[in-house]
Amino acid sequence: MSDESKAEKFLEIFNKGKEFTEELLRENQRLRFRVATLDNEQAGLSQEELQHLRHEVAQLAEENLRMQTRFREVEDENKDFANRYIEIEEQNNNLASLYVASYQLHSTLDFREVIQIVQEIIINLVGAESFAILLRDEKTNDLKTIASEGKDAIPGIDKISTRLGDGILGQVARTGESYFVSHEIAGTKVTVENPLAAVPLKIKDHVIGIIVIYKLLQQKDAFTAVDYELFSLLAAHAATAIFSSKLYSQSERKLNTIQSFLDLLTTN
Amino acid sequence: MDSANFLVVEDSPTMRQLISFSLKRFKNARIIEAVDGVDALKKLSGPDKIDLILTDINMPVMDGLKLVSLVRQNAQLKGIPIIIITTEGAEEDRERGLALGANAYISKPIQSSHLIKTISELLAV
Repeated sequence: MSDESKAEKFLEIFNKGKEFTEELLRENQRLRFRVATLDNEQAGLSQEELQHLRHEVAQLAEENLRMQTRFREVEDENKDFANRYIEIEEQNNNLASLYVASYQLHSTLDFREVIQIVQEIIINLVGAESFAILLRDEKTNDLKTIASEGKDAIPGIDKISTRLGDGILGQVARTGESYFVSHEIAGTKVTVENPLAAVPLKIKDHVIGIIVIYKLLQQKDAFTAVDYELFSLLAAHAATAIFSSKLYSQSERKLNTIQSFLDLLTTN
Repeated sequence: MDSANFLVVEDSPTMRQLISFSLKRFKNARIIEAVDGVDALKKLSGPDKIDLILTDINMPVMDGLKLVSLVRQNAQLKGIPIIIITTEGAEEDRERGLALGANAYISKPIQSSHLIKTISELLAV
């Protein structure tokens, strides 16, 4: 190959290289433009999306706050319902005790049975371990024990005899006002004359006797709301039950006497 | 549980009525009453299948602890859940009752809600 043809060949290759390089430069420029365009597009879209997302986040945060507030409200309502449920349960329990006590007190006209029922109520429903039931002698106005429980703990409660107006027991019988210890039961020094509670048995304003509580069961450390209700119920219902059963016993005895007298008359 | 037969063993009519009153919370509850341990054993050998026994401790003729002991020794009856309901609130009394085989021990005065909860757990109502 001559030098001339070598030069032509080289020029041809050079021109092709130049064209190729120019083509690459154009492509490069085109791609850079495309990248720049995409960058711009992407940047614009993210901003918009970001804005949108921020808005959504704000909305969700607001919703979350609303939900939290509502949740707290519902939680408070639940607590309120739960407390009310407990209160109603307690009321039901108390009403059942009062109903049963009242029902039992008026279920018999036998004096000993009535006293037995009063004792059962005091032991099982109030939860007393030591107590005495005193009746008033209408002629002498003396108050005397007719039934008691737990004399081992408080000696002497089985034979109390006190006068109307004397000491706590006499005062309760005279005024018709119940007496309860005003301080902690645990630290109370209890004696026959200083009980935990004394409840008058009343028919209207007339006191026929008193129930005196000296000691509660080991598992019970204080009087509860229902105990005061039970004491109120006992004050009236036990009094009428005791009084009517006494009258009934007396009338039975009188009837028997009259019957015997009539039998005697008719036989003769 | 669709229905349940409860045996209430108590010498006090007041307590029998109060316990029976609480048991009426259970749908179709049937309450069989006994006045002491011997009476309870008679009722247990009767035709009624008893699902749960509630017994006092201090009773004449046969006390509640003796009843618990005899029920646990009887092959036919030993699976019946027993709840002791008593005025005896000391820890040693509780332990003695549970050691004899009672499933639960409730001190008087009873709280109806506590009694219902205990029974529900024992019968898995």
